[in-house]
Amino acid sequence: MSMNTQGRPTGIGTAAPAVTSGSSLLPNEPLLFEIGDREHSGVDLPDVEIDGSFLGGFERQSEIDLAGLTEPETLRHYVRLSRLNYSIDSGMYPLGSCTMKHNPRLNEKMARLPGFADIHPLQPVSTVQGALALMEELAHWLMTLTNTAAVSLTPKAGAHGEMCGMMAIRAAQQAAGQGHRTVVLVPESAHGTNPATAASLGYSVRSIPARDDGTVDVEAVKAALSPDVAAIMLTNPNTCGLFEPEIIEIAAAVHEAGAFFYCDGANFNAIMGVVRPGDLGIDAMHINLHKTFSTPHGGGGPGAGPVVLSEALAPFAPVPFVRKSQGSLALVEHAEARHLGRITAFNGQMGMYVRALTYMLSHGGDGLAQAAKDAVLNANYIKARLEHVFSVPFPGQPCMHEALFDDSFLEGSGVSTLDFAKALIDEGFHPMTMYFPLVVHGAMLVEPTESESKQTLDRFCDVMLELAADAKAGNSPRFTSAPTKAPRRRLDETRAARSPVLTWERPDELPQAAE
Amino acid sequence: MTKFTKDHEYITADGTVGITPYAQEQLGDIVYVELPKVGQKLKQGDEAAVVESVKAASEIYAPASGTVTAVNDGLSGEPGLINSTPETDGWIFKLALDNPAELDGLMDADAYAKLTE
Repeated sequence: MSMNTQGRPTGIGTAAPAVTSGSSLLPNEPLLFEIGDREHSGVDLPDVEIDGSFLGGFERQSEIDLAGLTEPETLRHYVRLSRLNYSIDSGMYPLGSCTMKHNPRLNEKMARLPGFADIHPLQPVSTVQGALALMEELAHWLMTLTNTAAVSLTPKAGAHGEMCGMMAIRAAQQAAGQGHRTVVLVPESAHGTNPATAASLGYSVRSIPARDDGTVDVEAVKAALSPDVAAIMLTNPNTCGLFEPEIIEIAAAVHEAGAFFYCDGANFNAIMGVVRPGDLGIDAMHINLHKTFSTPHGGGGPGAGPVVLSEALAPFAPVPFVRKSQGSLALVEHAEARHLGRITAFNGQMGMYVRALTYMLSHGGDGLAQAAKDAVLNANYIKARLEHVFSVPFPGQPCMHEALFDDSFLEGSGVSTLDFAKALIDEGFHPMTMYFPLVVHGAMLVEPTESESKQTLDRFCDVMLELAADAKAGNSPRFTSAPTKAPRRRLDETRAARSPVLTWERPDELPQAAE
Repeated sequence: MTKFTKDHEYITADGTVGITPYAQEQLGDIVYVELPKVGQKLKQGDEAAVVESVKAASEIYAPASGTVTAVNDGLSGEPGLINSTPETDGWIFKLALDNPAELDGLMDADAYAKLTE
C-alpha cells in the first residue's frame, strides 16, 4: 500500500464500494463517510515545516476525522447525487405558488461577467460603477412595472421583503404618531408567510374570511377595519390562483381607516406588464426575483425579494441604495434618521440582480406582458383539459397563473391527494403543490408557468387524466404504494417529523440496538 | 355536557379541551403540539395551542374564557395520542372557566355531528 507524506495510505476505492445496490444509472448513493474512511487520504500534502509554537499552542491534537477521498471520488459522489434530483432543468415542475419557470442560460452568461461576478462589496465605489448602474437600472424597471416611488433591492427572500415592507409601514406610523396600531388583517387566502411576518414583528393577526368564490370578502375587510389596524396583507393574485376583483375598493377602505396596504407580490408573474400594483393603491409589495424574473431557486440559488414602496413609505426605505451624485453613482449608506437602517450586511444578491435585469431586457416590456399572459393561458389550458374529471373548488371563472383542484373527485377511491401526488412521481413529473391553499380540501395547485410548450402541457394532462381514471377504477394500490420508480420509495413523513435523526453517527460508534 | 366549536374543538363539563375525532382525521398524523402554560389567562377565541400535522399547522383556540389549570405533557413525547384517542388520552389542556355561560353559545353533540356531515 502506498503511503503519502502524512503517513496515511493513499488509494482510490479502498473503502466500501460506491454503488451498493440499484444500478450505475440509479445508484443507491452512500454518504461521503461511507465511501471514504479516516485512515486514508485522497491528496498528497507536503510535510508541515513550521513548528507548532507558530500557532500559539492551537495546533490540532486529535485526528481530523474527515473521509479521505480523492477529487474524482468526491466529484462523482456529488454528480451521482445530482442525478437523483428532479429539477426544472430535467422536467416540468408544476409546483403551484412556487413559480418554477425556466432559468434562461443568457442570465447565467451575464451573471458570470467578471465585472459582476468578481467584485467585492467593500471595493471603492469608483471601481464598481457598472454594477451600481445595473442596480439603478433594475430599480427603475421594478418601479416602472409597479408604478411605485421607491424600491429597496436588498431583501434576500420574499418573506424578508415582506418584513422590510412591514417595518417601513411601522416606521411611517410611528413617525406619524400612529404607533398604537397593532393589528394586521390577513385574508385566509394569503400566503402563510404573511401572518408569520406580522406576528414576528409583534402585530396581532386578524383573519379575514374568503367568500364562496375564493376571493376576499370586502365587507368583512371593512367590518374588521378599526383605529388599531396598522395594515392589511393581501396576496394578489391570491393563492387560489384568482385575481382579487375588488382590490381597489379594499385599498380605498384601508386608506380611509388610516391603515396601509401591503400586497404580497409572490404572484406578480401573472400580471407583470399588464397590471401596475401602484395603480391599485398598494403601499408596499415585495417581488420575488426568483419567481417572477426567472432567477434560480429551490436549491438552485439564493432568493431575492426587493420591496417596492409608495410615496408615503419611500422615506422609510432601508439603506443602502444607489443614487446619482455629481455625474457618478454612489451607494447611500447613511441617510436621514427616518430610514430603517440596514436589513442586510451588504447590498443584497448581486448575481440575482444581473439575472433578473437580463430577463427584463431580453424580454422588453411587451415581452414581459406576453410572458405573464402565456403563464395565465397555460394554467387555463390545464384547467380546461382537466376540469371535467378533476373537481374545481371555484367553478365558473378563469384562473390566473395557477389552476386549483380539490380532492372531491377522489371521494370513495381510497386515494388521497398525497397518494395522487406520489403517483405523479412514477410518471416522471414533479408533484403539484398539495394541501395548499388551506381553504380548499385536499388542494392540488398546478402552476405550469409560461415555460412549458403545448406538447408538455398535453403530456402532463394526459398523465393526470389517466391517473384520475385509474383511481376511480379502483386501482388504489398504484397510488398508495407510489412512488415505486423513484430512487426512494414512500418516506415515513410522520416518523421523520416525530423523531428526526439529524446527525450521522459512525456505525461502529452507534449503541447496539436492544431488539 | 361536552360542547363543540366550529373549529372542531371540544370542551367537557370539567373544562378539558381537545380536538374532535373528525379534526384529527382531517389533519392526519399529528407530529408536534405546542401547549399553553399553566396559569395562562385566555379569552374566548384566543390562540391557546398549536397542533402540527404532516399536512399543516393549526391553532387551537380557547373555546371559552378562563385560566389554564393543566396541560397534557404526555403529548410532547407522544403527539400521536391525539390521533389514537383524541377524546381521552389526547386531551390538550384544562380550563377553569370565568363564565360557564359562554358554553351555551357552543354546539352540542347533535349540532356538531350535523356540521361534519
